[in-house]
Amino acid sequence: MNRSIIISSVLHLVLIMITALSLPFLAKKPIDLPPIVSVELIQITDKTNIPFAPKAKKIIEKIKEKEKKLVSEQAPPKKVKKIKPDSVPMPDDKVKKVEKIKEDKQNPEKIDDEVKQVSEFEKKELFDPNNIAALIDKSKIETSETSKKTDKITQDQQKSIESIGLSLSEEDALKAQIFGCWSIPLGLPYNENLLVRIKLQLNPDGTISQSEILDHVRMNKPGQGFYKVLAESALRAIKLCQPLRVPTTGYERWKELQLNFDAREMLEG
Amino acid sequence: MNKYLTLFLILLIPTNSFALIEVDITRGNLNPLPIAVSPLSIDNESKQNFEKILKKKNIGSEISLVIENNLKISGLFNPLNKDAFLQAPDIANLKPRFEDWNLIKAQALITGKVSFVNEKLRVEFRLWDVLAGKEMMALAFTTVPNNWRRVGHIITDKVYERLTGEKGYFDTRIIYVAEEGPKTKRIKKLAIMDQDGANNKFLTLGNELVLTPRFNPTSQMVTYLSYFRNLPRVYLLDIETGIQEVVGDFPGMTFAPRFSPDGKKIIMSFAKDGNSEIYTMDLENRIVEKITNHPSIDTSPSYSPDGKYICFNSDRSGYQQIYVMKSDGSNVKRISFGKGLYGTPVWSPRGDLIAFTKLHKGKFYIGVMRTDGKGERLLTENFYQEAPSWSPNGRVLIFYRETKTDTKGEGFSAKLWSIDLTGYNERLVNTPTDASDPSWSSLLSN
Repeated sequence: MNRSIIISSVLHLVLIMITALSLPFLAKKPIDLPPIVSVELIQITDKTNIPFAPKAKKIIEKIKEKEKKLVSEQAPPKKVKKIKPDSVPMPDDKVKKVEKIKEDKQNPEKIDDEVKQVSEFEKKELFDPNNIAALIDKSKIETSETSKKTDKITQDQQKSIESIGLSLSEEDALKAQIFGCWSIPLGLPYNENLLVRIKLQLNPDGTISQSEILDHVRMNKPGQGFYKVLAESALRAIKLCQPLRVPTTGYERWKELQLNFDAREMLEG
Repeated sequence: MNKYLTLFLILLIPTNSFALIEVDITRGNLNPLPIAVSPLSIDNESKQNFEKILKKKNIGSEISLVIENNLKISGLFNPLNKDAFLQAPDIANLKPRFEDWNLIKAQALITGKVSFVNEKLRVEFRLWDVLAGKEMMALAFTTVPNNWRRVGHIITDKVYERLTGEKGYFDTRIIYVAEEGPKTKRIKKLAIMDQDGANNKFLTLGNELVLTPRFNPTSQMVTYLSYFRNLPRVYLLDIETGIQEVVGDFPGMTFAPRFSPDGKKIIMSFAKDGNSEIYTMDLENRIVEKITNHPSIDTSPSYSPDGKYICFNSDRSGYQQIYVMKSDGSNVKRISFGKGLYGTPVWSPRGDLIAFTKLHKGKFYIGVMRTDGKGERLLTENFYQEAPSWSPNGRVLIFYRETKTDTKGEGFSAKLWSIDLTGYNERLVNTPTDASDPSWSSLLSN
């Protein structure tokens, strides 16, 4: 009896021991939640404001050195002696300074800077008011020279231009103006002579002082009623268009003008 | 000796001589001419008298509206809005202030006066050139008050002729076939109206089928085809008197009788001996003369205005094409060579063009070509349209156009349309019913 009690108690003790030892392993691990990461939404700018990493800086410098080497492999440009514009009166020191800057720019070592896009601000840094003044003065001389030249041409060729009449552009301008004003009477018989010649006396501002239909006798001929209609439409066009787009110069040339209105081309289609 | 020396020296003096500059203007614009139609002025007494007779409050304004509408539908004029007018009608008629009219961009101005004289309507009008500041025309008409619309048309004709150089077409009428009822059971009556659609009248009752009415170019006489007891019969109708006359019964299919330019003959096609040929009939002695003699089908003859030539259509080449021959039937010449079928040729009153209907790739076109067949121009295209008729001045064509029926067999209509030679001025001509087969009269005031 005692023996069995002892065995039972020993076995119970063993069970209790096993349970006590294994229970901590059976328990579940608590859920490990990741910490909340806060993200700030910012506007992405065109340029980064992050400083170069020292490593990256080194790589960039290396590339730059390579580029320098490549540029130096090219033959250096010839140093062109700056020709001083003889007509520009300037203090000597300033002129020298300008020359120096220009020479520096032509230096191949500086090409690196030119490869970088030169902004308008950088250009402005090169702005020299004296240089501009020089350019203006030079242009003045140039224009005066060219005007002298053109004056020479007009003096030589004036007579031929006068005999030619209006230049092509002057004639085209006048034609285009009258085209817009002339409402062609559509009922005209297109197989007839539809030419109306009108002689004009013009004022210098292009207004008409006098107009004359050159073939006015035809207006009263029997069977020529359409000619009257055509002539009147041409006169209306001239009146509607005035002042005419005549050249601003050479009034003597165009103070008398003959306009030949021909409707045939339009009516025949 | 000294004299000669002086003369010689004078000749040596340089002179500035300039050749006259010439500029050729070969182009212009084809925009409608801006024109101001001032209401015709009327005194109070005349106004009251006309109101009693015509039931119109201001007959002066009504006449000016007729003129304005005519000018507008011609497509060649742009009548300006009356609200912009600065000068009162009565003062403008006496002496227009041209600066005021110039200001609103008017190039021409119509003024006038209406008065009641001896129970009659007296209308005087003036046409002014605004830019030149001068009077171009002044006329006066006296008529019975009921003719007030015609006075408006006559004034428009005068203005049109003075400003465009060709005769007008406003004092004219249009005869047509008025159609009513479903497509399968159409009632067709002869109807007549002014060219602007006013004064519409029916001339027949619709008991018999009527077809292809045509005006006599010299008088207000009409010829048309009607089926009497299922036999085609050609009639003459005097519009002024209303007297109707049977020209004759013709066998088989008879088509489109048309007057000769002098109005003394009728030309038509009918099938005698089983073949359709072109015949003429002298209206005085009723003698019928055969003009064509060919085994093919020859139809739709139309005289040239001088009466020397006839255009017609024939399938003698295998397809329906337009031919021209001398009025005695000799010298037959094909003039249409384009793709498609050509029909209903009509010679222009000006003599320079032939209008036609063309069928090509399932579409109908109204077009014109020169009398030698060159210069073909298609003016308008549609599902179905035909039968062009010229205005008396040869500028505008009137024709009819049908619309398609839908799947239920509904939606069919036939309407009159007009188009001018530019092809841009296409207009619907208002008729109280459906309409087909129009024919334009000559000028009534010839």
